[in-house]
Amino acid sequence: MKDNVLIKVENLKKHYSGGKVKALDGVNAEIKKGEVIVVIGPSGSGKSTFLRSLNLLELPTDGKITFDGEDITAAKVNINRHRQKMGMVFQHFNLFPNMTILRNMTIAPMKLLGKKKEEAEAQAMALLNRVGLADRCNAYPSQLSGGQKQRIAIVRSLCMSPEVMLFDEPTSALDPEMVGEVLDVMRELARDGMTMVVVTHEMGFAKEVGSRVIFMDEGRIIEEGTPDEIFRDPKSDRLKSFLMKVL
Amino acid sequence: MMFDVIGQWLNEQRELFILNFIDESRWKLLLTGLGNTLLITLFATLIGIFLGIIVAAVRTTYDKNGEAMAFHKSIGYYVLKIANVLCKLYLTVMRGTPVVVQLLIAYFIIFASSDNGIMVAIFAFGVNSGAYVAEILRGGIMSIDNGQFEAGRSLGFNYLQTMIYIVIPQAIKTALPSLLNEFIALLKETSVAGYVGLVDITKAGAIIRGRTFSAFMPLIAVALVYLILVTLLTWAVSKIERRLRKSER
Ligand SMILES: Nc1ncnc2c1ncn2[C@@H]1O[C@H](COP(=O)(O)OP(=O)(O)O)[C@@H](O)[C@H]1O
Ligand SMILES: [Mg+2]
Repeated sequence: MKDNVLIKVENLKKHYSGGKVKALDGVNAEIKKGEVIVVIGPSGSGKSTFLRSLNLLELPTDGKITFDGEDITAAKVNINRHRQKMGMVFQHFNLFPNMTILRNMTIAPMKLLGKKKEEAEAQAMALLNRVGLADRCNAYPSQLSGGQKQRIAIVRSLCMSPEVMLFDEPTSALDPEMVGEVLDVMRELARDGMTMVVVTHEMGFAKEVGSRVIFMDEGRIIEEGTPDEIFRDPKSDRLKSFLMKVL
Repeated sequence: MMFDVIGQWLNEQRELFILNFIDESRWKLLLTGLGNTLLITLFATLIGIFLGIIVAAVRTTYDKNGEAMAFHKSIGYYVLKIANVLCKLYLTVMRGTPVVVQLLIAYFIIFASSDNGIMVAIFAFGVNSGAYVAEILRGGIMSIDNGQFEAGRSLGFNYLQTMIYIVIPQAIKTALPSLLNEFIALLKETSVAGYVGLVDITKAGAIIRGRTFSAFMPLIAVALVYLILVTLLTWAVSKIERRLRKSER
């Protein structure tokens, strides 16, 4: 694959209400292996729509998304196979409430990758150990704090050994004292070389962990660059005024 | 004096009871009626579940996955779209007309050549019940947060796997009490089955009344049978409900 590009987005558009709402209005982006892309921007600027388009949870109105060298927006693509390689973490965790933590983590590898129960559970326990939640393996999601739930949601995705992890405001639904524990897990994941696309309002995380920052407004990418370029030397007025508000 | 009056009244009642239920073994008619009521309810329930699952599956698949199927230009989408329209039509007709009218149409028009009233009643009540079952099931599925669906899909489960492993087990819990209550309601609704030349419990009461010219005893007996059945079933449902709530997480 040329330049190690994992995901290539070309002229991506997502319209609602017959074109009156342009959630995405021609977005172009390239995500290389091992990069941590942080997406920032005001509320309603299209960050979630962009992220959710990458695994086709949102179906684009127009444009092309290439993942692993294959056009996943083409007809007759088996999107399920690609989604196994794209982990996703949601703002509201979306753990399965009727399953134990262990079952939450093993159901997909067992049903989709044909892993044996022992194998899937061993892998899950190893990941739970890494995030310090091994002792909660038989608990149900409702018995966990928000921070714990989100850490579980992250390792649940990791059980599928994805090539990229997508995060949509993973700390926005958390009490402030729990934000740190989730960011720690994400930081460690980045250090291990995971390719990540992170929509967040945590500017500290963006500066420290991001390899590139994308600033979106009104469905377009207005500016993109290294954290230094974006935070120390913003070019556009829109980015300047956004940073004034959030920093 | 007082005792004479009461004694006389009791005596009359005893005679009426014998006339209505014991003479000519009239109680057997009630028993036959009860059997037919239960038979019609049971098999109509089975048909209702079968049709309800199919219709709910078509409707929810169209709602939740139709757009994605169209996006990936799957031919199945057009089949689904037509099936969805047919299901909507079915729901509108079944829920927009009285079940007695549906029963009469089934007996006198659709199956005019048959006089097996019980089979026709099972068919008519089953097809009618299917519409209500479908909407209860669909409501249960739609009540589950879409985030559950998205979490399943983002792990790589296909539509069917996501429904079977993630959504439906949760939806069943919400839908089951309404579903069971629907079948209790169906039991009472079958009381109009006598219109198509069969003897259900209500009709049995009417036949006895016609022969003995006394209304009180047969009608109260019929009412009591329904009341006992419904009370038993309602009690069972509330037990199931309690157990579901206990296992809720
Ligand atoms: N289902 C929808 N129907 C209509 N408009 C929508 C829908 N989803 C999102 N939008 C609109 O698209 C725009 C971008 O939304 P979103 O991607 O959620 O923004 P962000 O995540 O940056 O806050 C918003 O204006 C939003 O109102
Ligand atoms: Mg958002």
